[in-house]
Amino acid sequence: MDPTALLLSRLQFAFTISFHIIFPAFTIGLAAWLTVLEAMHQYSGKPVYRTLFAFWLKIFGVAFGMGVVSGMVMAFQFGTNWSVLSKMSGPIQGPLLSYETFTAFMLEAGFFGILIFGRPRVPPWFYLFSTAMVALGTTLSAFWIMVNNSWMQVPTGYVLQNGQFVPDDWAQIIFNRVVWVRFPHMLLASYLTGAFCVAATGAWYLLRRTYRAEAHVMLRMGLALAAVLLPVQLFIGHLVGDYVHDYQPAKFAAIETRWHDEQPASEVLIAIPDSSAESNKHAISIPVLGSIIGSMSLTSKEVGLTSFAPQDRPPVTIPFFAFRIMVGCGFVMLGLAWLGTWLGLKHRLDRSRLLLWGIFLSFPLPWIAILTGWYTAEVGRQPWTIYGVLRTADAVTPFLTASAALASLILFVAVYAFIFSFGTYYIYRLLRAGPAGLGGKPLLAPVPNRPMSLADQVPTARSYLEAGE
Amino acid sequence: MVMYWVALLAISILIYLLLDGFDLGVGMLFGVAGSEAKRHAMLSTVAPVWDGNETWLIVTGVIMWGSFPVVYAMVMSALYIPVVVMLLGLILRGVAFEFRGKALRSRWVWDVGFVAGSFAASFMQGAMVGALVEGLQFSNGDYTGGTLGWLTAFSALCGIGLCFGYSLLGACWLVRKSDGPVRDAARSQIPPLATGVLVFLVVVFAYALAEHLPILQRWTDRPYLLVFPAIGAGAAAMLAKSILVHDDYWPFHMVALIFVAAFATLALSFWPYMIPFVITIDEAAAPHASLAFMFWGAGLVVFPLMLLYVAVGYRVFRGKAAPAADHY
Repeated sequence: MDPTALLLSRLQFAFTISFHIIFPAFTIGLAAWLTVLEAMHQYSGKPVYRTLFAFWLKIFGVAFGMGVVSGMVMAFQFGTNWSVLSKMSGPIQGPLLSYETFTAFMLEAGFFGILIFGRPRVPPWFYLFSTAMVALGTTLSAFWIMVNNSWMQVPTGYVLQNGQFVPDDWAQIIFNRVVWVRFPHMLLASYLTGAFCVAATGAWYLLRRTYRAEAHVMLRMGLALAAVLLPVQLFIGHLVGDYVHDYQPAKFAAIETRWHDEQPASEVLIAIPDSSAESNKHAISIPVLGSIIGSMSLTSKEVGLTSFAPQDRPPVTIPFFAFRIMVGCGFVMLGLAWLGTWLGLKHRLDRSRLLLWGIFLSFPLPWIAILTGWYTAEVGRQPWTIYGVLRTADAVTPFLTASAALASLILFVAVYAFIFSFGTYYIYRLLRAGPAGLGGKPLLAPVPNRPMSLADQVPTARSYLEAGE
Repeated sequence: MVMYWVALLAISILIYLLLDGFDLGVGMLFGVAGSEAKRHAMLSTVAPVWDGNETWLIVTGVIMWGSFPVVYAMVMSALYIPVVVMLLGLILRGVAFEFRGKALRSRWVWDVGFVAGSFAASFMQGAMVGALVEGLQFSNGDYTGGTLGWLTAFSALCGIGLCFGYSLLGACWLVRKSDGPVRDAARSQIPPLATGVLVFLVVVFAYALAEHLPILQRWTDRPYLLVFPAIGAGAAAMLAKSILVHDDYWPFHMVALIFVAAFATLALSFWPYMIPFVITIDEAAAPHASLAFMFWGAGLVVFPLMLLYVAVGYRVFRGKAAPAADHY
């Protein structure tokens, strides 16, 4: 094993997975929102829902496309860079990924075409059904990947035979406590991402005094959803912390920067961890709170990092700061969502321009929270790939050369940077133009080439683009 | 159980070859389309289905990982560079579908990406099959052939051959799904592409004879394999006839039949090996608990459902594509 190839493979995995998660995090929430809009339109007949649907569908299309192509890399990267892992854990991770592909990817892909192009070709109920199937597909995908990752975090239901992890209890692998707190945590994070992007877009339009009707629907729905989901998310986040405390004590100690066993333990709010001195600089901490958070007790003993052999300790700086950034983002979003909902109920949102600016500028927060949350989980589980059983250093393809790994990493970074900058630019342009499209065509205009009888048929994306081209 | 997953793996590879084959083929022919109107019409024949087509590659990959993890690990790590380049090619061509419609001045960038990505992915897929046929170096389950061990004259030839094959399939798809100048152009491309495929097959066969590739012994051991080239030849004759009478429907099906025959020949020459002469199907199979878990849910229930989604998708977008009315 070449240590440079190992480092480059880790960087490549971190880079490609971080890039990938940006898009599903967005599209899982967006697909659910599109289903709600389509259902509300078919139920109430109000054109504003159809306008919003057509508008967000364009954005969904771009984000979904980037999610699909960057996700495909993940299915093969286990084999290319982590051949020992894929050989050993294939009997468990392979079937789980197969279930994800079979139940989720194919469902999404099959109905995505109908969602984008099929409106004139299928009856309205089937179109709504297709939208719901895409949303279901994205959700199932999140479920299976959380089962998969949770098994790597807390391996269970297996026996080790001939150098392979052989499953002996699938129910245990799928229906364990870890999966069922981490999956809701990720799903809610995705819904919050969608909710904040929608609300931020609404705030942006109000600040620019345009699309007032659409902006109000977006703000109201986005903020209300976030206001309800955020407290739930914070509670589930606490449950996720509980599993880390019980199953991954070294990770927990790293998040808390607790270097030595303490009884009762204090909680470090902020500090600069110093790994070489095995202590914190400039720490601000609260006595006893660490025991309360860790064990719901005033007297419990909490484990410190020095209780683990040095080769079994995770890095401290990244999990420590990443976790605090995630929690900070959560609280800022909670404040914005509650304040915004309250002012919205009092019909004072239009005049609260400062808050509108805050909501508008808050759109990156859910992504920052998701990425830092994952960095906490994934860096914190080092040095293990399969926790406690297979070290990351032993999982890498043994004959991978540093030059091959470097070449692929450079190519991935170059191509991803290229498509990411264009993709975000196109999404920005669509959002800036708003529901009327790039050409500013009037809404609800009669549609040429469309003899369908839908009276309130909004022009499809095509006609917007023709106008804009 | 093992045989069930071998069968599903084979079916998935075949579906991928046929579906993403025409899709990638249209991508390569896109480069010589000539006008924006033609490019637009070509794209609209594949835009609603490309995502589903490409998903069959992931299906293939995960069936391999779940059912034959050893082979998945060996093949993916040995073919590091071609797998990565193929993925990057598929990324570039995949985003082009969404991006080119959103682009104003930068549309040409995505057109270049679409064509180059389609070529890169097709070439690498062909080269990977070629490398497996010719034989990669393994010792004790680890690849020992080096980063560029897969790259030989033979594998490069197979890469070029698959580019011709996919383009032929793509041209026939365009004949079937489009009208007017796009269809006429595609029809006139079929004879040279078919000739290219034929020349490739002759050269590959000659090379295999000259180099005494061990896989050739399969043909003397198993003379019944010759039935597939015979089917292929019959399909080629039908293809020629359907082109001469300007039929829109049959060329695609005949080329698809040629692909089926070629795939069956290759798959049965590998048998009972997964990687020829290195590891057999039984040696590579995952433990029963894995195969059974996949069988009772994914295999028995969801796989037929997946075929249903594909059928629904193609049914909704059946007939000639009408770009002006339903593409954006």
